Amino acid sequence: MTLELNGQPSNDIPAELSGTQQFRSDGPTSAATSQDVLLSVQDLHVWFELKRWGFLNAGHVRAVDGVSFDLHHGEAIGIVGESGCGKTTLMKTILGLYQPVQGNVKFDSQDLSELTTRDMQTYRSKVGYVQQDPYGALPPFMTVERILSEPMIVSGIKNRSVQSQRIHDVLTEVKMTPVDDFLTKFPHMLSGGQQQRIVIARAMILKPQLIVADEPVSMLDASVRVEILRLLQKLQASHNLSVIYITHDLSTVRYFSDRIFVMYAGKLIERADVNALLRTPLHPYTQALLAATPDPDYRNALTHKELPPGEPPSLVNPPEGCRFHPRCPKRIEGLCEVEVPPDFEPVPNHYTACWLLR
Amino acid sequence: MTEKETLLSIEDLRLYFRTTQGIVQAVDSVDLKLGVNEAMVILGESGCGKTSLSRAVLRLLPNNVDTYSGSIYLEGENTMEMADEAFRRQIRWFKMSLVPQAAMNALNPVLKVGDQVAEPLIVHHRAEKEDARNQAAWMFEKVGVPVDFLDRYAFELSGGMRQRVALAMALITLPPLVFLDEPTSALDVLTQANIFNVLKEIKQELAVSFILITHDIATSSELADRVAVMYAGQIVEVNTARSFFTDPLHPYAKLLMASVPKLKVEQEPTFITGQPPSLINPPSGCRFADRCPSAFDRCSEEPPVFLVDGQQVRCWLYRAKGVRA
Ligand SMILES: Nc1ncnc2c1ncn2[C@@H]1O[C@H](COP(=O)(O)OP(=O)(O)OP(=O)(O)O)[C@@H](O)[C@H]1O
Ligand SMILES: Nc1ncnc2c1ncn2[C@@H]1O[C@H](COP(=O)(O)OP(=O)(O)OP(=O)(O)O)[C@@H](O)[C@H]1O
Ligand code: SF4
Ligand SMILES: [Mg+2]
Ligand SMILES: [Mg+2]
Repeated sequence: MTLELNGQPSNDIPAELSGTQQFRSDGPTSAATSQDVLLSVQDLHVWFELKRWGFLNAGHVRAVDGVSFDLHHGEAIGIVGESGCGKTTLMKTILGLYQPVQGNVKFDSQDLSELTTRDMQTYRSKVGYVQQDPYGALPPFMTVERILSEPMIVSGIKNRSVQSQRIHDVLTEVKMTPVDDFLTKFPHMLSGGQQQRIVIARAMILKPQLIVADEPVSMLDASVRVEILRLLQKLQASHNLSVIYITHDLSTVRYFSDRIFVMYAGKLIERADVNALLRTPLHPYTQALLAATPDPDYRNALTHKELPPGEPPSLVNPPEGCRFHPRCPKRIEGLCEVEVPPDFEPVPNHYTACWLLR
Repeated sequence: MTEKETLLSIEDLRLYFRTTQGIVQAVDSVDLKLGVNEAMVILGESGCGKTSLSRAVLRLLPNNVDTYSGSIYLEGENTMEMADEAFRRQIRWFKMSLVPQAAMNALNPVLKVGDQVAEPLIVHHRAEKEDARNQAAWMFEKVGVPVDFLDRYAFELSGGMRQRVALAMALITLPPLVFLDEPTSALDVLTQANIFNVLKEIKQELAVSFILITHDIATSSELADRVAVMYAGQIVEVNTARSFFTDPLHPYAKLLMASVPKLKVEQEPTFITGQPPSLINPPSGCRFADRCPSAFDRCSEEPPVFLVDGQQVRCWLYRAKGVRA
């Protein structure tokens, strides 16, 4: 193959972006001025440059392409979307690991792009990251104790007794007790669920204000999933944490978030409170996701599901207009394939980017 | 539901592996019956022995086998008594085939997918290349892959399309029984739902039986006529889909069902504390006893299989209600 991806997103703003329309944000309630807002994402675009023969520009993967939202103190949001829609890219940008080509991320009203290297480090200690793939997340040759001391050493907590006290507290919180039994263990000696608790403990070790959990339970068995999610929920409540929970599984979000954002092909196409979104999904894509997600019920085997045809589009050449239009059963000819739908707010605090709500 | 003619009957099947730590009892005394054109789901958590069970039935064995015993009657014939050569020529692909776990990532990268799907016909049925390709095209249509994909390579296809190709490959010889090992676990919700639509159609049109191995309880209900629950190498419940998904029998099955987050009904999911036992020297009594909320003194003895209204359950709680199988 001749296409090659470079690991970092492109920094220079590609010409294609200038002249694109203004993306609307949360409207009047948005504004990072609100006391309550912890994290504010404005019109974020994160693109990866595609290279042909290793150097020729062959376009961009528009992994995140116009995302805006606010996250409040102590709030848990779930971001739901299919593989490759840009969830991890969005999170890594929020963590300051990727730079956007346009738009910004503000934490406590501070624009990340304006932080010095040292401030960036402080920022990262305020955000705990539970990364996708628990099995690859833990370094195999480190003991649990070592894994948990690393972040503290990096951020300058050098006092041994402070370290070990903190490790003890965190392991107790994630219910890895008796703590001493686990300190000297290596990751492979732990079950999947226990490994994931260590990942969470590591994310908690510097007392963050925000936890970003990227598919924290998708690799785990059903019986363990709920336990891990409950743990996150408990930590959230007891520390008034904000949580961004990323998943492709709508049925778990319901019990573990306050709001749900649905992502499709680099954009948030619907945002609402959990109950509003599940009871009255407005976007045809959200409706399809809901219809396709089964509850355990023997009658499922007796019925054929009506589903939108096709697959999510390429993010290099996404469809014009609404990115869902080629698959949308309700598209409005002459409009949906021409113009990008802005966010509409047909019901207070229920946003959706679909022309049907115009 | 009417009684279906038996296609497969497994009796006291065991598959143990030798390891440096000891003997792993991956499949331990499994009894199962499957009807013609029936779909059975085998549900269980990671490491409980699901893949090993399918490997035991299909005789796809690694070289560290310690014990491999029991009977497997397929259309009345005990395949365990067949020599390897006969098994390979008459059973695998002809009577039973497998879509292995992570099949979509195991397609040959340098062969066109059409040729890969046609291959079993050429190798096992000695079909002419031309006929085999035509059959492959027909099968592509059945599983929902555009026919012009025949000449593509695996890397040019999405995960969902590759999984359909793997399915076409298992079906091409039209065996009466197909094993599906976690066929959609790595796929998106919409792709999953699409593939289950395909499986339902195929079951109806081609009268195939399926054994669907998965840990995904909600999705398994998309295909199941009956459900078998596996725990630590043993089958602890076999039930109709209807009663299983509404009211499972075994305490483990009950907890497992309660752990599934429901989208359409309001019901807080719960979880099961503790972990399954090691398959090396598993506990001598009920293997679920130390996690079971209903455990009582009897449970330190190995429970037999009880029949309750014709359904199998391996639990002492049913000693009065059921009869020993
Ligand atoms: N480092 C990179 N270089 C180039 N392209 C990338 C890079 N990381 C991600 N992409 C592309 O950006 C898109 C979004 O990827 P991302 O990992 O954010 O999706 P995701 O929603 O997290 O998917 P999943 O559910 O599979 O984890 C994909 O098309 C992916 O191939
Ligand atoms: N060749 C082998 N040698 C030794 N042990 C094995 C071998 N194959 C499997 N096992 C062990 O047997 C047990 C059952 O494994 P198996 O792969 O059948 O589980 P499974 O239910 O399919 O799990 P999963 O859901 O993770 O695929 C596990 O403990 C596994 O480690
Ligand atoms: S904007 Fe048009 S194409 Fe897009 S989801 Fe709404 S109706 Fe469908
Ligand atoms: Mg991701
Ligand atoms: Mg398996």
